[in-house]
Amino acid sequence: MLFLKDRGFQHPAASEITPRTVYEQRRRLLQLMAAGSGGLAMAGWAARDAMAQIPRPNKLAALPGTRSAVPGATTMEKLTAYTDVTTYNNYYEFGTDKSDPARAAGSLKTRPWTVAVEGEVKKPRTFDIEELLKLAPMEERVYRLRCVEGWSMVIPWVGYSLSELIKRVEPTGNAKFVEFVTLADKKQMPELGSHVLSWPYVEGLRLDEAMNPLTLLAFGLYGEVLPNQNGAPIRLAVPWKYGFKSGKSIVKIRFTEKQPATSWNHAAASEYGFYSNVNPNVDHPRWSQAKERRIGEDGLFAKKRATLMFNGYEAQVGQLYAGMDLKKLY
Amino acid sequence: MPSAVPQAVPPTAAPARRKPLLLHPAAKVLLFVAALLPLAWYVWGAVANTLGANPAEALIRGMGDWTLRFLCLTLAVTPVRQWTNTPALARFRRMLGLFAFFYGCLHFLCYAWLDKDLLLSDILPDIAKRPFILVGTLSLLLMLPLAATSFNRAIKALGAPRWQRLHRLVYVTVLLALLHFFWMRAGKNNFAEVGVYAAIVAVLLGWRVVSAVRRRRTAG
Repeated sequence: MLFLKDRGFQHPAASEITPRTVYEQRRRLLQLMAAGSGGLAMAGWAARDAMAQIPRPNKLAALPGTRSAVPGATTMEKLTAYTDVTTYNNYYEFGTDKSDPARAAGSLKTRPWTVAVEGEVKKPRTFDIEELLKLAPMEERVYRLRCVEGWSMVIPWVGYSLSELIKRVEPTGNAKFVEFVTLADKKQMPELGSHVLSWPYVEGLRLDEAMNPLTLLAFGLYGEVLPNQNGAPIRLAVPWKYGFKSGKSIVKIRFTEKQPATSWNHAAASEYGFYSNVNPNVDHPRWSQAKERRIGEDGLFAKKRATLMFNGYEAQVGQLYAGMDLKKLY
Repeated sequence: MPSAVPQAVPPTAAPARRKPLLLHPAAKVLLFVAALLPLAWYVWGAVANTLGANPAEALIRGMGDWTLRFLCLTLAVTPVRQWTNTPALARFRRMLGLFAFFYGCLHFLCYAWLDKDLLLSDILPDIAKRPFILVGTLSLLLMLPLAATSFNRAIKALGAPRWQRLHRLVYVTVLLALLHFFWMRAGKNNFAEVGVYAAIVAVLLGWRVVSAVRRRRTAG
């Protein structure tokens, strides 16, 4: 450039100049380009969607869902194998060993099934499970699940936001908490006689937690209805809290003014708080919560992975706990 | 071979009709192989991936279970020997005790490796911070002097009475191991299995207390 004679006023050849009629349509051109690139992006998304189709295990009735549009609802991490998801369960009504529920939960009858919604709501009523299945469009959501015991999975759930149901029953101004009561039937559940926990198993959320779009009312996993051991026919999936907060086989949803007395909190308050948000900085009294073992991932000697604050959902739910001392309100 | 093990009754006292099989040289080899079977089962399970969704946990817990089982077996030798009048059983006590130590070491190794990635910066605070880990570690450490003095020459060097006093540490070991197991299960209020082991240990230690009291009375 330094040696060019003509500095600063080089003109292109006349043939390279955009004709006035064309450049005056600049906006239109930009619109076209935007639409085109948008279309291309969508095509890519659609193609990826098709490629990422989760293969059905073909064990139970199909329950398809469309990919959720809720932010954070679809992690791209490798899914935990269906076998692991359905044979490594904590469902104490069927036994305290991880392999017990898969073996014993066959006795659970999921039809007929109703869910009573009551308490501080303007429209209390009992929903039949068939009605709940049609209440809102089914979405597929791929959530991380972090168990308080220090292991984790990635599970493709099928369901819709709990808020869909909550909106329809219209909570009153007094409703501050939501209590979830799960099935307790000695005829169907062999371990109800044990004194591990007080039955029925009860869990709870603050109303704003329950209304968060990530709080999922789940009816299926891997594109099929829930296996009994995973909490059929209807359960909760709250991905930023330890797994035990997500009750299985729910029969009653109660809106309350006072914080519900939850089962694990009742059994060992020092170990299991009401909030029980996934938090690597607050240890369980008997083990560290800083790391987790991803089930089925890598070999036996694979290093454990670091646990993320709110299980990696801080962007979506962090604001719910602004100003709270999470060391005290664990 | 004259044995300095106090419980080993001289051959002349052994009734001749009793189980010559137990005195056969192959009996110890057989027991040795049998005692390695649990380990073989877990190693095979780890290789063939049949230990379930969480093989690391299965290995850690499995090794712990077998430590406690071998401790119970070791402690059962003397009472069973006396109840059934089978002095030959004493031959197997040392090997059973050493296997308890062996599985205890594997239990710790699995925990340190599979759960803590062999990071001392993770292991040491964990031991210091958590009573149930501390108790388990203590239980294993207490087995160390017993394993170290398990050979015949150590018995002679220490002298049988002193050796026996030292080896009574196994009572503390088994109680700590039981407490470790109890605390580990306490989180789930799940005491059924712990109860079984506690009952076995209670019988094995209770019998010793009762017979010690009786000995003292007859002596006094």
